Amino acid sequence: MTLYLVRRLAVLIASAAVAAVAVFAFMALLPGDPAEIALGVNATPEAVAELRRQFGTDRPPVAQFLDWSGGLLQGDFGTSYVTSAPIGPQISDRLGVTAVLVLGGMVVALVLAVPLGTFAAVHHRDPLGAVVSAASQVGIAIPAFLAGILLVFVFAVRAQALPSGGYVPFADDPGEWLRGLLLPWLSLGLVQGAVLTRYVRSAVLDVMREDYLRTARAKGRGRTGALWRHGLRNASVPVVTVLGLQLATLLIGAVVVERVFVIPGLGDLLLNGVAGRDLLLVQGVVMVLVAAVLLINFVVDVAYRVLDPRLR
Amino acid sequence: MRGRANAGLLVGGTLVGLVVLAALVSFFWTPHDPTFVDAARKLREPGGGYPLGADKFGRDTFSQLMVGARTTLYVGVVAVGIAALVGTPLGVVAGMTPRGWLSELIMRVNDLVFAFPALLLAVMLGAVYGPGTLTAMIAIGVATVPAFARVARAATLQVMVTDYILAARAAGRRRPGIAVRHVLPNIGSVLIVQASVSFAIAILAEAALSFLGFGTRPPVPSWGRMLQESQELLFSTPRLALWPGLAIALAVLGFNLLGDGLRDFLDPKLRRIRAER
Repeated sequence: MTLYLVRRLAVLIASAAVAAVAVFAFMALLPGDPAEIALGVNATPEAVAELRRQFGTDRPPVAQFLDWSGGLLQGDFGTSYVTSAPIGPQISDRLGVTAVLVLGGMVVALVLAVPLGTFAAVHHRDPLGAVVSAASQVGIAIPAFLAGILLVFVFAVRAQALPSGGYVPFADDPGEWLRGLLLPWLSLGLVQGAVLTRYVRSAVLDVMREDYLRTARAKGRGRTGALWRHGLRNASVPVVTVLGLQLATLLIGAVVVERVFVIPGLGDLLLNGVAGRDLLLVQGVVMVLVAAVLLINFVVDVAYRVLDPRLR
Repeated sequence: MRGRANAGLLVGGTLVGLVVLAALVSFFWTPHDPTFVDAARKLREPGGGYPLGADKFGRDTFSQLMVGARTTLYVGVVAVGIAALVGTPLGVVAGMTPRGWLSELIMRVNDLVFAFPALLLAVMLGAVYGPGTLTAMIAIGVATVPAFARVARAATLQVMVTDYILAARAAGRRRPGIAVRHVLPNIGSVLIVQASVSFAIAILAEAALSFLGFGTRPPVPSWGRMLQESQELLFSTPRLALWPGLAIALAVLGFNLLGDGLRDFLDPKLRRIRAER
């Protein structure tokens, strides 16, 4: 296990390094010189050269990359060429908002999927189970931003019970903070919950066919008792894998949902950065998102081993 | 189950058929010019030659939906085509030499690309080359390569342990020959299922990108942008969000059901290999 952990950690670090090179190289392709763009068309060549020296864009790309990636390791994302504001604090401010959004969505998905999926598996021969399966199939077909628009229509336009968008920081008003996040959480969670329901269903179905569950029932445990005691831990192995993949999906889904609900998260920062041609900002946010996905995959792989001792 | 049509196949096939039909018919005929702006018809109610009404620019919603189907299919075909053409050979090579360094390299790079979701790729491509249908298609296609490579590898691994591969090897056939003559035909059904599921994901991704302004550019109609344009009018004219939303959901549902149905229909043996979402 320790050996596996060390090897997997090495893969994680190597992947993050290669990803950093890829992101940097990609953004370096961007046409236009940040110094020329910042100074406008009437700038003198001397002024442009001076600003280039300030930005550090006059140095060879390799030196720029080492500088940028070295900064990343210390949490320094550089200073925006466009707004002259340090990028790190902007990212860390927004990261919290997006994290809350993603985790809330995950909770909604889990709360929905585990009971429904188990129910659909236990009742897989009844019409009731089929109804759950069909509903989950429809849920998968609805993208999170469409779910968001539908929820706004029902809860903000019709019922006028919840705000249609905007974000109130927790410190300002916890009640409004919660009210503002309910619909975004639901938009992300309902859709991922539908996907997860299908995986929970098939995982529980597989477990129900196992000998050890029959043994447990032969020893006198009821169907629910046997499933609870022996089934769910085993069913959780494939579900955790999907959950990890979904966390990554949720992170990206949050980018879009933030647009629907006007929430100042990482996605909002990223899209504003692209609109304002703030190269370094886009580079930083993309790197954070990719690193998050890599980290999630790492945790999933490790959790997989912990949950299923047969793999050790 | 082989050869027996099932409910998923029928419903999925019908929905996909409707989208394809709408797209094909739109080449020859739409009720109105979908891009024609007419202030007099602004937010026109449904009826009288405008079955679903008109949007804030007076453009006919029904015509826009029809041409939007074309955009959706176009992006899906190109994106899935890129993913299949790149991902399948990589997966087959990795599956035929499971212990080789090449296989290890392919799967590592695969994992790395997997960390760049379609949306991020499209936003980056959009920042460099300007957003548009082409950058969206390429981004979605590249992001889908890992799914194809993994599924092709898993299926190839299963095929490689069969007796007919052993026989082909014993007969002295070389690896490229085995790949083309024996592996590809036998993993074909898995790839078709994957293509259908990937198509559904491509539709979702294209809609999200157009919604954000990183997909198809105006004035070419696209379901995602119709949704984005409808959002500000949600309080007064919700039907403008209803129709493109319904179109996206039904198209995705169609391709998903078709994929599941095809899996049962084509080859029960390979059912254990799930298409990757």
